[in-house]
Amino acid sequence: MDLKILVADRQIVRPGDCLALLEKEEAPPEGGFKYFPDRHVYILNNKVYSDIVGLVSVEGGTITVIPLEGVYFPRKDDIVIGVISDVGVSQWIVDIKAPYKAILPASDVIEGFNPAVHNLRSYLDIGDYVLAKIAIFDRLRDPVLTTRGKGLGKILEGFVIDIKPSKVARVIGKRGSMLNVLTTMTRCEIVVGLNGLIWAKCPDEQTLNALVRAVKLIEAKAHMKGLTEEVKLYLETVLGGKRGQ
Amino acid sequence: MVSKPVLIREDGRRVDGRLPEELRPIRITIGVLKNANGSALVEYGGTKVIAAVYGPREALPRHISIADRAVLRVRYHMAPFSTEERKSPAPTRREIELSKVIREALEAVVFTQLFPRTGIDVFIEVLQADGGTRTAGLTAASLALADAGIPMKDLVVGVAVGKVDGVLVVDINELEDQYGEADLPVGIAPNIGEIVLFQLNGVLTRDELKKALDMAFNASEQIYKVAKESLHRKYMKLIEEVKA
Repeated sequence: MDLKILVADRQIVRPGDCLALLEKEEAPPEGGFKYFPDRHVYILNNKVYSDIVGLVSVEGGTITVIPLEGVYFPRKDDIVIGVISDVGVSQWIVDIKAPYKAILPASDVIEGFNPAVHNLRSYLDIGDYVLAKIAIFDRLRDPVLTTRGKGLGKILEGFVIDIKPSKVARVIGKRGSMLNVLTTMTRCEIVVGLNGLIWAKCPDEQTLNALVRAVKLIEAKAHMKGLTEEVKLYLETVLGGKRGQ
Repeated sequence: MVSKPVLIREDGRRVDGRLPEELRPIRITIGVLKNANGSALVEYGGTKVIAAVYGPREALPRHISIADRAVLRVRYHMAPFSTEERKSPAPTRREIELSKVIREALEAVVFTQLFPRTGIDVFIEVLQADGGTRTAGLTAASLALADAGIPMKDLVVGVAVGKVDGVLVVDINELEDQYGEADLPVGIAPNIGEIVLFQLNGVLTRDELKKALDMAFNASEQIYKVAKESLHRKYMKLIEEVKA
C-alpha cells in the first residue's frame, strides 16, 4: 500500500483524524470503506483515518494507532491475572477485567476431577489470584482459562499491581526493553498480565515501593517519549544505584 | 403570560448580543470523572452537560445482549436543578425520546461489532439547561466515548439552528427556542461529513433548510476544533504537570 502520511510518528490522534492518503488508487472496497480493527485505522474514500484516541506508529509503510485508553479485550494465548469471583460445581468464574467473565474448568486444575469427591473451594476460593493463560476464546463464548503451563496457577506470594490495560504495552516496552529495566534494576520477579494486573515479588519492601511507583509513572506518562530513560533515572535515584550492578 | 421579548434587535444582534452565525462560548473538559471509563463536560454558554461512559462491559440483564455486537444504552436526563422550575427527576417522554435519538446517532459512528455480547453505557446528565441540551449532550457523549477508548468512525458534534423573527440563527438559547419559529438540531460527524441526528421542530422553507444546514456545518467545524483541542489537552496537561 503506497501511503502519503500526514501525521508525525508518536503524534496524538483522535477518532476521525485523517492519517494518510492512499497514493495509488486501489480498487475501492465495497462502499469505499475498509476497516482494520487491529491497527485501529479504517480507509474511506482513499483516506486513512484513526478510530481511537491514541499514538500514531509508522513502521515500514504501515500505519497503526496505539490506543491510550480502553478496556482489556481477551485474545487466545494471552497471559492474564484474574481474581476468582465465583465458585461453581465444576468450574470457577474468574474476573479478568474484561467485558466477559472467564471460566476456569476444575478438570484443568485438579487431576482426575470428580465433583462428588473434590471441593473446589479448598483449591481456589473467592478472592484468590490466579495466573492463567486464555485457552479458548471466540466471539460466541466466554473465555476459558488454563493454568497448565510453566509458572501458571494460584498466586501464593508477592503483590499484584493494578494498571490500565491500555498501558500494558508501555510497561513491557519495545521487545521487552522497559520490563528488562524494571527487572534488572529492582531485582524483583515480575510477571505482566496483559489485562493490566502485574505480579511482583521483591526482595524487600523498599524495592517494592520503588517498583510500584515506577509502574505508576509509566502508566501516567505512557504517551511520552524517552520514558525508559526516565524510569531508569528514577529507579537509580530511589534505589541509590546500588542494585542491578 | 409574559409577552414575547425582542429576539432580533434593530442592529441585527440577538437577545444575548450575538450575531446570527455566532456561537455561544464553548468550553469542553475531558476526563472529569474518575470512576467512569470516559467522561466529558461540555458547556454551550449557559448550557452545561456532563457525560459518562462505562464499558464495554458485561451486558446485564443477560437477555439484552446481542450476539454479534455491543448494545449501546443511552440515558439522557435533566437534573432536577437544571431548570428554573424544579424538574421532576422521573424520566419524561421527552427524555426517553432524546435518549433514543442520541443512541441512534452514536450507533452510526461506534464500531459496536468489535465487542459482541457486551454493553456500553452512556449517561448524559444535564446540569444546567439553557437551550440546546440535546446537541451539547450528543457532543459530550461522543467525547466521553472517545475518552473511554471505544473505537469509532468519527467524533460527533451537535449544534442547533433556529429561526427567530424570520432570521436563521445558530446555537439557539432557551429564549430563542421558546419564542422562535423553528428549531433544527443536527448531529454531524465532521471528518466524514455525515449527518447522524436530524430533527426539526417548527416550519422552514426548502431554501431556509438548505441554508440552515450550511450554517450547522460551519458551526460544527468550530465546535469540532474546540473538541479536538480538549482531547489533546488532557494529555498535554499531564506533560505540563510532569515538567513542573
